[in-house]
Amino acid sequence: MLELKNISFGVTEENKQIEILRGINLTIENKKFVVITGPNGGGKSTLARIIAGIEKPSGGQILFDGVDITEKNITERAKLGISFAFQQPVKFKGLEVFDLLKIAAGGKLKFNEACNYLSAVGLCARDYINREVNSSLSGGELKRIEIATILARKTKLSIFDEPEAGIDLWSFKHLIKIFEDMRQNISDSSIIIISHQERILSIADEIIVLADGQIKNHGDAKTILPQIVNSENVIKECGKIKE
Amino acid sequence: MFQLDEIQKRLIAEVAGLHKVPIGAYNFRANSQLAARQSTANIEITSKEDGTGIDIHIKPNTKNESVHIPVVLSASGLTETVYNDFFIGENCDVVIVAGCGIDNCGSANSEHDGVHRFFVGKNSKVKYVEKHYGSGTGTGKRILNPVTEVTLNENSFMEMEMVQIKGVDSTNRVTTANVDASAKLIVRERLMTHGDQKAFSTYKINLNGENSGADVVSRGVARDKSFQKLDLGISGNAACNGHTECDSIIMDEGKILAVPSLEANNVDAMLVHEAAIGKIAGEQIIKLMTLGLTEAEAEEQIINGFLK
Ligand SMILES: Nc1ncnc2c1ncn2[C@@H]1O[C@H](COP(=O)(O)OP(=O)(O)OP(=O)(O)O)[C@@H](O)[C@H]1O
Ligand SMILES: [Mg+2]
Repeated sequence: MLELKNISFGVTEENKQIEILRGINLTIENKKFVVITGPNGGGKSTLARIIAGIEKPSGGQILFDGVDITEKNITERAKLGISFAFQQPVKFKGLEVFDLLKIAAGGKLKFNEACNYLSAVGLCARDYINREVNSSLSGGELKRIEIATILARKTKLSIFDEPEAGIDLWSFKHLIKIFEDMRQNISDSSIIIISHQERILSIADEIIVLADGQIKNHGDAKTILPQIVNSENVIKECGKIKE
Repeated sequence: MFQLDEIQKRLIAEVAGLHKVPIGAYNFRANSQLAARQSTANIEITSKEDGTGIDIHIKPNTKNESVHIPVVLSASGLTETVYNDFFIGENCDVVIVAGCGIDNCGSANSEHDGVHRFFVGKNSKVKYVEKHYGSGTGTGKRILNPVTEVTLNENSFMEMEMVQIKGVDSTNRVTTANVDASAKLIVRERLMTHGDQKAFSTYKINLNGENSGADVVSRGVARDKSFQKLDLGISGNAACNGHTECDSIIMDEGKILAVPSLEANNVDAMLVHEAAIGKIAGEQIIKLMTLGLTEAEAEEQIINGFLK
Protein backbone atom coordinates (compact mmCIF):
# COMPACT_ATOMS: atom_id res chain seq x y z
CA MET A 1 0.00 0.00 0.00
CA LEU A 2 1.21 3.44 -0.93
CA GLU A 3 0.15 6.54 0.97
CA LEU A 4 0.92 10.12 0.00
CA LYS A 5 0.27 12.66 2.73
CA ASN A 6 -0.03 16.31 1.83
CA ILE A 7 2.68 16.10 -0.85
CA SER A 8 3.73 19.37 -2.40
CA PHE A 9 6.43 20.15 -4.93
CA GLY A 10 7.65 23.52 -6.11
CA VAL A 11 10.48 24.88 -8.18
CA THR A 12 12.00 28.32 -8.36
CA GLU A 13 12.40 29.73 -11.82
CA GLU A 14 13.72 33.22 -12.44
CA ASN A 15 13.09 34.10 -8.80
CA LYS A 16 9.47 33.00 -9.13
CA GLN A 17 8.16 30.13 -7.05
CA ILE A 18 6.10 27.71 -9.15
CA GLU A 19 3.91 25.17 -7.35
CA ILE A 20 3.73 22.03 -9.46
CA LEU A 21 2.00 19.79 -6.92
CA ARG A 22 -0.19 21.09 -4.12
CA GLY A 23 -1.39 19.11 -1.12
CA ILE A 24 -1.68 15.68 -2.72
CA ASN A 25 -3.37 13.13 -0.45
CA LEU A 26 -3.68 9.71 -1.94
CA THR A 27 -3.84 6.06 -0.96
CA ILE A 28 -3.20 3.25 -3.41
CA GLU A 29 -4.45 0.00 -1.92
CA ASN A 30 -2.89 -3.36 -2.66
CA LYS A 31 -4.24 -5.32 -5.62
CA LYS A 32 -5.52 -2.14 -7.23
CA PHE A 33 -5.10 -1.02 -10.80
CA VAL A 34 -5.13 2.75 -10.72
CA VAL A 35 -4.98 5.11 -13.68
CA ILE A 36 -3.92 8.72 -13.27
CA THR A 37 -5.11 11.01 -15.99
CA GLY A 38 -5.46 14.72 -16.57
CA PRO A 39 -4.27 17.51 -18.85
CA ASN A 40 -0.73 17.88 -20.13
CA GLY A 41 1.40 19.64 -17.59
CA GLY A 42 -0.98 18.72 -14.77
CA GLY A 43 1.80 17.14 -12.70
CA LYS A 44 1.35 13.41 -13.36
CA SER A 45 4.95 12.60 -14.28
CA THR A 46 6.18 14.79 -11.44
CA LEU A 47 4.08 12.81 -8.99
CA ALA A 48 5.47 9.52 -10.35
CA ARG A 49 9.03 10.84 -10.05
CA ILE A 50 8.35 11.81 -6.44
CA ILE A 51 7.06 8.31 -5.66
CA ALA A 52 10.16 6.75 -7.26
CA GLY A 53 12.43 9.11 -5.30
CA ILE A 54 13.81 10.96 -8.33
CA GLU A 55 12.42 14.26 -7.05
CA LYS A 56 12.25 15.26 -3.38
CA PRO A 57 8.90 16.73 -2.38
CA SER A 58 9.06 20.17 -0.79
CA GLY A 59 6.55 19.01 1.81
CA GLY A 60 4.59 15.99 2.92
CA GLN A 61 5.19 12.34 3.62
CA ILE A 62 5.26 9.11 1.65
CA LEU A 63 4.53 5.73 3.23
CA PHE A 64 5.05 2.39 1.51
CA ASP A 65 3.53 -0.58 3.31
CA GLY A 66 3.41 1.56 6.42
CA VAL A 67 7.11 2.52 6.27
CA ASP A 68 8.02 6.19 5.90
CA ILE A 69 10.12 6.34 2.72
CA THR A 70 10.14 10.13 2.32
CA GLU A 71 13.88 10.30 3.05
CA LYS A 72 14.81 7.14 1.18
CA ASN A 73 16.75 7.45 -2.07
CA ILE A 74 15.90 5.96 -5.47
CA THR A 75 17.88 2.75 -4.94
CA GLU A 76 16.36 2.09 -1.53
CA ARG A 77 12.85 2.55 -2.86
CA ALA A 78 13.60 0.31 -5.84
CA LYS A 79 14.80 -2.37 -3.45
CA LEU A 80 11.70 -2.01 -1.31
CA GLY A 81 9.62 -2.84 -4.37
CA ILE A 82 8.84 0.27 -6.40
CA SER A 83 9.32 0.22 -10.18
CA PHE A 84 8.94 3.08 -12.57
CA ALA A 85 8.74 2.99 -16.36
CA PHE A 86 9.70 6.41 -17.69
CA GLN A 87 7.58 8.43 -20.06
CA GLN A 88 10.75 9.00 -22.07
CA PRO A 89 12.98 5.91 -21.90
CA VAL A 90 16.68 6.56 -21.34
CA LYS A 91 19.21 5.54 -23.99
CA PHE A 92 22.59 4.01 -23.25
CA LYS A 93 25.61 3.57 -25.48
CA GLY A 94 26.93 0.06 -25.29
CA LEU A 95 24.45 -1.38 -22.79
CA GLU A 96 22.43 -4.10 -24.49
CA VAL A 97 18.81 -5.06 -23.96
CA PHE A 98 19.91 -8.24 -22.20
CA ASP A 99 22.17 -6.23 -19.84
CA LEU A 100 19.32 -3.95 -18.91
CA LEU A 101 16.92 -6.85 -18.29
CA LYS A 102 19.58 -8.58 -16.19
CA ILE A 103 20.05 -5.49 -14.04
CA ALA A 104 16.27 -5.17 -13.69
CA ALA A 105 15.98 -8.80 -12.61
CA GLY A 106 18.53 -8.18 -9.86
CA GLY A 107 21.70 -9.46 -11.53
CA LYS A 108 20.89 -12.97 -12.68
CA LEU A 109 18.61 -13.76 -15.57
CA LYS A 110 18.48 -16.76 -17.86
CA PHE A 111 18.51 -16.13 -21.55
CA ASN A 112 15.12 -17.74 -22.11
CA GLU A 113 13.57 -15.76 -19.25
CA ALA A 114 14.80 -12.56 -20.87
CA CYS A 115 13.28 -13.75 -24.12
CA ASN A 116 9.94 -14.29 -22.41
CA TYR A 117 9.86 -10.71 -21.19
CA LEU A 118 10.60 -9.43 -24.67
CA SER A 119 7.97 -11.65 -26.27
CA ALA A 120 5.48 -10.39 -23.71
CA VAL A 121 5.94 -6.85 -25.02
CA GLY A 122 5.70 -8.07 -28.58
CA LEU A 123 9.37 -7.95 -29.52
CA CYS A 124 10.98 -10.88 -31.27
CA ALA A 125 13.59 -11.77 -28.69
CA ARG A 126 16.15 -13.03 -31.17
CA ASP A 127 16.24 -9.69 -32.96
CA TYR A 128 16.40 -7.51 -29.89
CA ILE A 129 18.18 -9.21 -27.02
CA ASN A 130 21.64 -8.11 -28.15
CA ARG A 131 20.69 -4.74 -29.51
CA GLU A 132 22.22 -1.73 -27.84
CA VAL A 133 19.69 0.41 -26.00
CA ASN A 134 20.66 3.45 -28.06
CA SER A 135 19.15 5.77 -30.63
CA SER A 136 19.14 3.05 -33.26
CA LEU A 137 15.95 1.75 -31.62
CA SER A 138 12.65 3.36 -32.56
CA GLY A 139 10.54 5.22 -30.03
CA GLY A 140 8.01 2.40 -29.79
CA GLU A 141 10.75 -0.22 -29.42
CA LEU A 142 12.36 1.71 -26.58
CA LYS A 143 8.98 2.03 -24.89
CA ARG A 144 8.42 -1.73 -25.09
CA ILE A 145 11.88 -2.48 -23.72
CA GLU A 146 11.16 -0.08 -20.87
CA ILE A 147 8.01 -2.06 -20.07
CA ALA A 148 9.92 -5.36 -20.32
CA THR A 149 12.42 -4.18 -17.68
CA ILE A 150 9.53 -3.51 -15.29
CA LEU A 151 8.18 -7.00 -15.96
CA ALA A 152 11.61 -8.39 -15.12
CA ARG A 153 11.61 -6.56 -11.80
CA LYS A 154 8.39 -8.17 -10.53
CA THR A 155 7.86 -5.60 -7.78
CA LYS A 156 4.88 -4.88 -5.58
CA LEU A 157 4.26 -1.43 -7.00
CA SER A 158 4.76 -0.67 -10.68
CA ILE A 159 4.27 2.77 -12.14
CA PHE A 160 4.02 3.21 -15.90
CA ASP A 161 4.14 6.70 -17.36
CA GLU A 162 2.10 6.71 -20.57
CA PRO A 163 3.11 3.17 -21.54
CA GLU A 164 0.86 3.21 -24.59
CA ALA A 165 2.51 6.27 -26.13
CA GLY A 166 4.14 5.28 -29.39
CA ILE A 167 2.86 1.72 -29.24
CA ASP A 168 0.93 0.72 -32.33
CA LEU A 169 -2.74 -0.16 -32.14
CA TRP A 170 -2.14 -3.79 -32.95
CA SER A 171 -0.11 -4.21 -29.76
CA PHE A 172 -2.50 -2.36 -27.57
CA LYS A 173 -4.45 -5.51 -26.63
CA HIS A 174 -1.23 -7.23 -25.62
CA LEU A 175 -0.24 -4.30 -23.51
CA ILE A 176 -3.46 -4.49 -21.56
CA LYS A 177 -2.96 -8.22 -21.11
CA ILE A 178 0.49 -7.54 -19.67
CA PHE A 179 -0.98 -5.37 -16.94
CA GLU A 180 -3.65 -7.91 -16.14
CA ASP A 181 -1.10 -10.74 -15.94
CA MET A 182 1.13 -8.67 -13.68
CA ARG A 183 -1.68 -8.06 -11.29
CA GLN A 184 -2.49 -11.77 -11.15
CA ASN A 185 1.05 -13.03 -10.83
CA ILE A 186 2.50 -10.74 -8.18
CA SER A 187 0.58 -11.14 -4.96
CA ASP A 188 -0.73 -7.98 -3.32
CA SER A 189 0.76 -5.93 -6.11
CA SER A 190 -0.66 -2.69 -7.39
CA ILE A 191 -0.19 -0.89 -10.66
CA ILE A 192 -0.33 2.81 -11.35
CA ILE A 193 -0.63 3.84 -14.96
CA ILE A 194 -0.49 7.38 -16.19
CA SER A 195 -2.53 7.51 -19.34
CA HIS A 196 -4.74 9.55 -21.60
CA GLN A 197 -6.27 6.53 -23.32
CA GLU A 198 -9.90 5.75 -22.73
CA ARG A 199 -9.24 2.06 -23.33
CA ILE A 200 -6.77 1.98 -20.45
CA LEU A 201 -9.04 4.07 -18.26
CA SER A 202 -11.83 1.60 -18.91
CA ILE A 203 -9.96 -1.36 -17.42
CA ALA A 204 -8.90 0.49 -14.25
CA ASP A 205 -10.29 -0.14 -10.79
CA GLU A 206 -9.81 3.47 -9.85
CA ILE A 207 -9.23 6.68 -11.72
CA ILE A 208 -7.48 9.78 -10.42
CA VAL A 209 -7.80 13.06 -12.24
CA LEU A 210 -4.82 15.32 -11.65
CA ALA A 211 -4.89 18.88 -12.93
CA ASP A 212 -3.06 22.03 -11.87
CA GLY A 213 -1.07 19.98 -9.39
CA GLN A 214 -4.15 18.89 -7.47
CA ILE A 215 -6.34 15.83 -7.33
CA LYS A 216 -9.60 16.93 -8.91
CA ASN A 217 -11.32 13.60 -8.71
CA HIS A 218 -10.59 10.12 -7.39
CA GLY A 219 -12.89 7.11 -7.24
CA ASP A 220 -14.17 3.98 -8.87
CA ALA A 221 -13.53 3.85 -12.58
CA LYS A 222 -17.19 3.06 -13.14
CA THR A 223 -18.19 6.35 -11.53
CA ILE A 224 -15.40 8.57 -12.79
CA LEU A 225 -15.05 7.47 -16.40
CA PRO A 226 -18.53 8.58 -17.50
CA GLN A 227 -17.96 11.90 -15.77
CA ILE A 228 -14.72 12.48 -17.65
CA VAL A 229 -16.09 11.40 -20.96
CA ASN A 230 -19.36 13.30 -20.66
CA SER A 231 -18.65 16.45 -18.74
CA GLU A 232 -17.86 19.41 -20.97
CA ASN A 233 -15.90 20.87 -18.15
CA VAL A 234 -13.51 18.01 -17.67
CA ILE A 235 -13.22 17.40 -21.35
CA LYS A 236 -11.84 20.85 -21.70
CA GLU A 237 -9.40 20.06 -18.97
CA CYS A 238 -8.41 16.67 -20.37
CA GLY A 239 -8.49 17.57 -24.01
CA LYS A 240 -6.61 14.49 -25.05
CA ILE A 241 -9.02 12.00 -23.54
CA LYS A 242 -11.81 12.61 -25.99
CA GLU A 243 -9.68 12.00 -29.06
CA MET B 1 52.35 -22.99 -20.46
CA PHE B 2 56.11 -23.03 -21.24
CA GLN B 3 58.29 -21.64 -18.50
CA LEU B 4 56.04 -18.72 -17.63
CA ASP B 5 55.44 -17.92 -13.98
CA GLU B 6 52.02 -17.26 -12.50
CA ILE B 7 52.17 -13.48 -12.96
CA GLN B 8 53.17 -13.88 -16.57
CA LYS B 9 50.38 -16.38 -17.18
CA ARG B 10 47.88 -13.97 -15.67
CA LEU B 11 49.13 -11.14 -17.88
CA ILE B 12 48.84 -13.31 -20.97
CA ALA B 13 45.29 -14.22 -20.04
CA GLU B 14 44.48 -10.49 -19.69
CA VAL B 15 46.00 -9.30 -22.93
CA ALA B 16 45.51 -12.23 -25.25
CA GLY B 17 42.64 -14.09 -23.61
CA LEU B 18 44.86 -17.15 -23.58
CA HIS B 19 44.77 -19.79 -20.88
CA LYS B 20 46.64 -22.41 -22.84
CA VAL B 21 48.91 -22.62 -25.83
CA PRO B 22 47.00 -21.26 -28.82
CA ILE B 23 46.39 -23.07 -32.07
CA GLY B 24 48.28 -21.63 -35.01
CA ALA B 25 51.39 -19.51 -35.06
CA TYR B 26 52.63 -17.72 -31.97
CA ASN B 27 55.51 -15.89 -30.43
CA PHE B 28 55.57 -15.26 -26.70
CA ARG B 29 57.96 -12.74 -25.30
CA ALA B 30 58.53 -12.53 -21.55
CA ASN B 31 60.89 -10.10 -19.82
CA SER B 32 62.67 -9.27 -23.06
CA GLN B 33 63.35 -12.94 -23.86
CA LEU B 34 61.72 -15.27 -26.32
CA ALA B 35 59.58 -17.67 -24.28
CA ALA B 36 58.05 -19.73 -27.06
CA ARG B 37 57.53 -19.67 -30.78
CA GLN B 38 55.70 -21.72 -33.32
CA SER B 39 55.49 -21.22 -37.04
CA THR B 40 53.00 -23.04 -39.23
CA ALA B 41 53.02 -24.16 -42.84
CA ASN B 42 51.64 -20.79 -43.93
CA ILE B 43 52.87 -18.45 -41.23
CA GLU B 44 56.54 -18.11 -40.58
CA ILE B 45 57.94 -16.21 -37.62
CA THR B 46 61.64 -15.36 -37.62
CA SER B 47 63.87 -13.18 -35.47
CA LYS B 48 65.33 -10.14 -37.12
CA GLU B 49 69.05 -10.55 -37.76
CA ASP B 50 69.95 -7.55 -35.64
CA GLY B 51 67.85 -8.93 -32.77
CA THR B 52 65.49 -6.00 -32.58
CA GLY B 53 62.29 -7.95 -33.15
CA ILE B 54 60.50 -10.41 -35.36
CA ASP B 55 59.25 -10.78 -38.92
CA ILE B 56 55.99 -12.55 -39.57
CA HIS B 57 55.46 -13.76 -43.11
CA ILE B 58 52.02 -14.95 -44.04
CA LYS B 59 51.80 -16.80 -47.36
CA PRO B 60 49.29 -15.69 -49.99
CA ASN B 61 45.87 -17.39 -49.77
CA THR B 62 46.23 -18.23 -46.07
CA LYS B 63 42.69 -18.41 -44.72
CA ASN B 64 41.23 -18.72 -41.23
CA GLU B 65 44.55 -18.83 -39.43
CA SER B 66 45.74 -16.84 -36.48
CA VAL B 67 48.94 -15.43 -35.00
CA HIS B 68 49.35 -14.61 -31.33
CA ILE B 69 52.26 -12.42 -30.27
CA PRO B 70 51.76 -11.45 -26.63
CA VAL B 71 54.44 -9.65 -24.65
CA VAL B 72 54.72 -9.62 -20.88
CA LEU B 73 56.99 -7.73 -18.55
CA SER B 74 56.99 -8.83 -14.95
CA ALA B 75 60.39 -7.61 -13.78
CA SER B 76 60.69 -4.01 -12.67
CA GLY B 77 62.96 -1.63 -14.55
CA LEU B 78 62.85 -3.20 -18.01
CA THR B 79 62.85 -0.91 -21.00
CA GLU B 80 62.62 -2.28 -24.50
CA THR B 81 61.81 -1.30 -28.03
CA VAL B 82 60.68 -4.09 -30.31
CA TYR B 83 60.02 -4.07 -34.04
CA ASN B 84 57.48 -6.52 -35.37
CA ASP B 85 56.85 -6.59 -39.09
CA PHE B 86 53.91 -8.41 -40.63
CA PHE B 87 54.06 -9.29 -44.30
CA ILE B 88 50.64 -10.52 -45.30
CA GLY B 89 50.34 -11.99 -48.77
CA GLU B 90 47.46 -11.56 -51.18
CA ASN B 91 44.00 -13.09 -50.65
CA CYS B 92 44.51 -13.91 -46.98
CA ASP B 93 42.00 -13.91 -44.17
CA VAL B 94 43.78 -13.94 -40.81
CA VAL B 95 43.49 -12.87 -37.19
CA ILE B 96 46.42 -11.32 -35.39
CA VAL B 97 46.33 -10.97 -31.62
CA ALA B 98 48.97 -8.80 -30.01
CA GLY B 99 48.97 -7.29 -26.58
CA CYS B 100 51.26 -6.28 -23.81
CA GLY B 101 50.91 -6.75 -20.12
CA ILE B 102 53.20 -5.16 -17.57
CA ASP B 103 53.33 -6.08 -13.93
CA ASN B 104 55.56 -3.75 -12.00
CA CYS B 105 56.02 -4.33 -8.31
CA GLY B 106 59.27 -2.45 -8.07
CA SER B 107 60.30 1.16 -8.01
CA ALA B 108 61.91 1.42 -11.44
CA ASN B 109 59.89 2.18 -14.55
CA SER B 110 59.00 -0.59 -16.96
CA GLU B 111 58.50 0.34 -20.56
CA HIS B 112 57.61 -1.52 -23.72
CA ASP B 113 57.66 0.34 -26.98
CA GLY B 114 56.32 -1.88 -29.72
CA VAL B 115 56.57 -0.86 -33.32
CA HIS B 116 54.21 -2.89 -35.45
CA ARG B 117 54.25 -2.62 -39.19
CA PHE B 118 51.65 -4.27 -41.37
CA PHE B 119 51.95 -4.76 -45.08
CA VAL B 120 48.62 -6.14 -46.18
CA GLY B 121 48.50 -7.70 -49.65
CA LYS B 122 45.79 -7.19 -52.24
CA ASN B 123 42.33 -8.56 -51.40
CA SER B 124 43.42 -9.68 -47.94
CA LYS B 125 41.42 -9.38 -44.78
CA VAL B 126 43.06 -8.89 -41.38
CA LYS B 127 41.56 -8.62 -37.97
CA TYR B 128 44.00 -7.21 -35.44
CA VAL B 129 43.34 -7.22 -31.71
CA GLU B 130 45.65 -5.44 -29.29
CA LYS B 131 45.12 -5.21 -25.56
CA HIS B 132 47.27 -3.33 -23.12
CA TYR B 133 47.15 -3.94 -19.44
CA GLY B 134 49.14 -3.02 -16.36
CA SER B 135 49.17 -4.28 -12.80
CA GLY B 136 51.44 -4.32 -9.76
CA THR B 137 51.72 -2.23 -6.64
CA GLY B 138 55.20 -0.77 -7.07
CA THR B 139 55.91 2.91 -7.53
CA GLY B 140 57.65 2.27 -10.84
CA LYS B 141 55.63 3.44 -13.79
CA ARG B 142 54.16 1.14 -16.42
CA ILE B 143 54.72 2.71 -19.79
CA LEU B 144 53.57 1.56 -23.22
CA ASN B 145 54.25 3.48 -26.39
CA PRO B 146 52.93 1.53 -29.34
CA VAL B 147 53.58 2.65 -32.87
CA THR B 148 51.46 1.04 -35.55
CA GLU B 149 52.04 1.53 -39.25
CA VAL B 150 49.62 0.06 -41.71
CA THR B 151 49.92 -0.27 -45.46
CA LEU B 152 46.75 -1.50 -47.06
CA ASN B 153 47.13 -2.56 -50.67
CA GLU B 154 44.35 -2.57 -53.21
CA ASN B 155 41.02 -3.95 -52.04
CA SER B 156 42.37 -5.15 -48.71
CA PHE B 157 40.57 -4.75 -45.41
CA MET B 158 41.83 -4.37 -41.88
CA GLU B 159 39.89 -4.09 -38.67
CA MET B 160 41.83 -3.04 -35.59
CA GLU B 161 40.54 -3.36 -32.08
CA MET B 162 42.77 -1.60 -29.59
CA VAL B 163 41.95 -1.67 -25.94
CA GLN B 164 43.68 -0.20 -22.93
CA ILE B 165 41.49 -0.08 -19.90
CA LYS B 166 43.58 -0.69 -16.88
CA GLY B 167 46.85 0.00 -15.19
CA VAL B 168 48.97 1.71 -17.82
CA ASP B 169 50.48 4.89 -16.34
CA SER B 170 51.59 6.51 -19.49
CA THR B 171 50.95 5.77 -23.10
CA ASN B 172 51.66 7.47 -26.34
CA ARG B 173 50.04 5.63 -29.21
CA VAL B 174 50.75 6.59 -32.76
CA THR B 175 48.91 4.91 -35.60
CA THR B 176 49.53 5.74 -39.22
CA ALA B 177 47.98 4.18 -42.28
CA ASN B 178 48.25 4.43 -46.02
CA VAL B 179 45.18 3.11 -47.72
CA ASP B 180 45.18 2.15 -51.38
CA ALA B 181 42.32 1.90 -53.87
CA SER B 182 39.15 0.15 -52.61
CA ALA B 183 40.87 -0.77 -49.35
CA LYS B 184 39.31 -0.04 -46.00
CA LEU B 185 40.56 0.45 -42.47
CA ILE B 186 38.33 0.17 -39.44
CA VAL B 187 39.60 1.13 -35.99
CA ARG B 188 37.82 0.67 -32.70
CA GLU B 189 39.81 2.10 -29.82
CA ARG B 190 38.87 1.91 -26.15
CA LEU B 191 40.81 3.85 -23.57
CA MET B 192 40.26 4.16 -19.87
CA THR B 193 42.59 6.11 -17.65
CA HIS B 194 42.60 6.65 -13.91
CA GLY B 195 44.75 8.12 -11.17
CA ASP B 196 47.39 10.37 -12.72
CA GLN B 197 47.58 8.38 -15.93
CA LYS B 198 48.18 10.05 -19.22
CA ALA B 199 47.21 8.72 -22.60
CA PHE B 200 47.93 10.23 -25.98
CA SER B 201 46.55 8.66 -29.09
CA THR B 202 47.33 10.01 -32.52
CA TYR B 203 46.02 8.79 -35.85
CA LYS B 204 47.27 9.87 -39.21
CA ILE B 205 45.43 8.11 -41.96
CA ASN B 206 46.04 8.77 -45.61
CA LEU B 207 43.31 7.71 -47.97
CA ASN B 208 45.32 7.56 -51.15
CA GLY B 209 43.41 5.33 -53.51
CA GLU B 210 40.19 5.72 -55.39
CA ASN B 211 37.27 4.47 -53.29
CA SER B 212 39.41 3.91 -50.18
CA GLY B 213 37.85 4.29 -46.75
CA ALA B 214 38.53 4.61 -43.04
CA ASP B 215 36.30 4.54 -40.01
CA VAL B 216 37.99 5.36 -36.71
CA VAL B 217 35.96 5.35 -33.52
CA SER B 218 37.68 6.11 -30.24
CA ARG B 219 35.80 5.77 -26.99
CA GLY B 220 37.47 7.00 -23.85
CA VAL B 221 36.81 7.34 -20.16
CA ALA B 222 39.04 9.60 -18.06
CA ARG B 223 38.60 9.20 -14.31
CA ASP B 224 40.29 10.75 -11.25
CA LYS B 225 42.97 13.18 -12.41
CA SER B 226 43.86 11.41 -15.61
CA PHE B 227 44.31 13.02 -18.98
CA GLN B 228 43.68 11.89 -22.53
CA LYS B 229 44.50 13.56 -25.76
CA LEU B 230 43.02 12.21 -28.95
CA ASP B 231 44.35 13.39 -32.22
CA LEU B 232 42.31 11.90 -35.01
CA GLY B 233 43.54 12.88 -38.43
CA ILE B 234 42.50 11.77 -41.89
CA SER B 235 43.73 13.04 -45.22
CA GLY B 236 41.60 12.35 -48.25
CA ASN B 237 43.82 12.32 -51.30
CA ALA B 238 41.40 10.66 -53.71
CA ALA B 239 37.70 9.92 -54.03
CA CYS B 240 37.29 8.33 -50.62
CA ASN B 241 35.20 8.08 -47.47
CA GLY B 242 36.66 8.91 -44.08
CA HIS B 243 34.94 9.05 -40.73
CA THR B 244 36.42 9.67 -37.30
CA GLU B 245 34.55 9.76 -34.05
CA CYS B 246 35.69 10.60 -30.58
CA ASP B 247 33.20 9.77 -27.88
CA SER B 248 34.37 10.38 -24.35
CA ILE B 249 33.20 10.37 -20.78
CA ILE B 250 34.93 12.44 -18.12
CA MET B 251 34.59 11.73 -14.42
CA ASP B 252 36.01 13.26 -11.24
CA GLU B 253 38.75 15.65 -12.34
CA GLY B 254 39.55 13.85 -15.57
CA LYS B 255 40.43 15.87 -18.64
CA ILE B 256 40.10 15.03 -22.31
CA LEU B 257 41.30 16.97 -25.28
CA ALA B 258 40.04 15.92 -28.71
CA VAL B 259 41.80 17.39 -31.71
CA PRO B 260 40.13 16.29 -34.89
CA SER B 261 41.73 17.07 -38.17
CA LEU B 262 40.38 16.46 -41.61
CA GLU B 263 42.29 17.31 -44.71
CA ALA B 264 40.57 17.02 -48.07
CA ASN B 265 42.96 17.18 -51.00
CA ASN B 266 40.54 15.89 -53.58
CA VAL B 267 37.16 17.27 -54.51
CA ASP B 268 35.59 13.82 -54.18
CA ALA B 269 36.93 13.15 -50.69
CA MET B 270 34.11 12.80 -48.16
CA LEU B 271 35.38 13.30 -44.63
CA VAL B 272 33.35 13.48 -41.45
CA HIS B 273 34.34 13.98 -37.85
CA GLU B 274 32.19 13.70 -34.75
CA ALA B 275 33.24 14.42 -31.20
CA ALA B 276 31.37 14.41 -27.93
CA ILE B 277 32.86 14.77 -24.47
CA GLY B 278 30.86 14.96 -21.29
CA LYS B 279 30.08 13.37 -18.00
CA ILE B 280 27.72 10.41 -17.68
CA ALA B 281 24.19 11.59 -18.36
CA GLY B 282 22.41 11.99 -15.03
CA GLU B 283 19.27 10.33 -16.35
CA GLN B 284 21.23 7.16 -17.17
CA ILE B 285 22.35 6.87 -13.57
CA ILE B 286 18.83 7.61 -12.32
CA LYS B 287 17.32 4.97 -14.61
CA LEU B 288 19.66 2.25 -13.34
CA MET B 289 19.04 3.33 -9.74
CA THR B 290 15.30 2.83 -10.29
CA LEU B 291 16.23 -0.72 -11.29
CA GLY B 292 17.88 -1.20 -7.90
CA LEU B 293 21.54 -0.29 -8.47
CA THR B 294 23.43 2.11 -6.24
CA GLU B 295 24.88 5.21 -7.84
CA ALA B 296 28.37 3.66 -7.95
CA GLU B 297 27.06 0.40 -9.43
CA ALA B 298 25.10 2.34 -12.01
CA GLU B 299 28.21 4.25 -13.07
CA GLU B 300 30.17 1.03 -13.35
CA GLN B 301 27.54 -0.58 -15.59
CA ILE B 302 27.37 2.49 -17.82
CA ILE B 303 31.15 2.65 -18.22
CA ASN B 304 31.45 -1.09 -18.82
CA GLY B 305 28.81 -0.93 -21.51
CA PHE B 306 30.39 2.13 -23.05
CA LEU B 307 33.81 0.49 -23.30
CA LYS B 308 32.54 -2.90 -24.39
N1 LIG C 1 12.09 20.77 -12.69
C1 LIG C 1 11.12 21.54 -13.19
N2 LIG C 1 11.31 22.84 -13.41
C2 LIG C 1 10.34 23.63 -13.92
N3 LIG C 1 9.14 23.17 -14.25
C3 LIG C 1 8.89 21.88 -14.09
C4 LIG C 1 9.85 20.98 -13.56
N4 LIG C 1 9.33 19.75 -13.51
C5 LIG C 1 8.07 19.88 -13.98
N5 LIG C 1 7.81 21.16 -14.33
C6 LIG C 1 6.52 21.67 -14.84
O1 LIG C 1 5.53 21.10 -14.05
C7 LIG C 1 4.38 20.83 -14.81
C8 LIG C 1 3.97 19.40 -14.66
O2 LIG C 1 4.85 18.58 -15.41
P1 LIG C 1 4.62 17.02 -15.59
O3 LIG C 1 5.68 16.52 -16.47
O4 LIG C 1 4.49 16.41 -14.26
O5 LIG C 1 3.21 17.00 -16.35
P2 LIG C 1 2.37 15.78 -16.87
O6 LIG C 1 1.07 15.82 -16.16
O7 LIG C 1 3.14 14.53 -16.77
O8 LIG C 1 2.14 16.18 -18.39
P3 LIG C 1 2.06 15.27 -19.74
O9 LIG C 1 0.65 14.77 -19.82
O10 LIG C 1 2.31 16.26 -20.81
O11 LIG C 1 3.06 14.22 -19.65
C9 LIG C 1 4.72 21.25 -16.22
O12 LIG C 1 4.19 22.52 -16.45
C10 LIG C 1 6.21 21.26 -16.24
O13 LIG C 1 6.69 22.18 -17.17
MG1 LIG D 1 4.03 13.27 -18.15
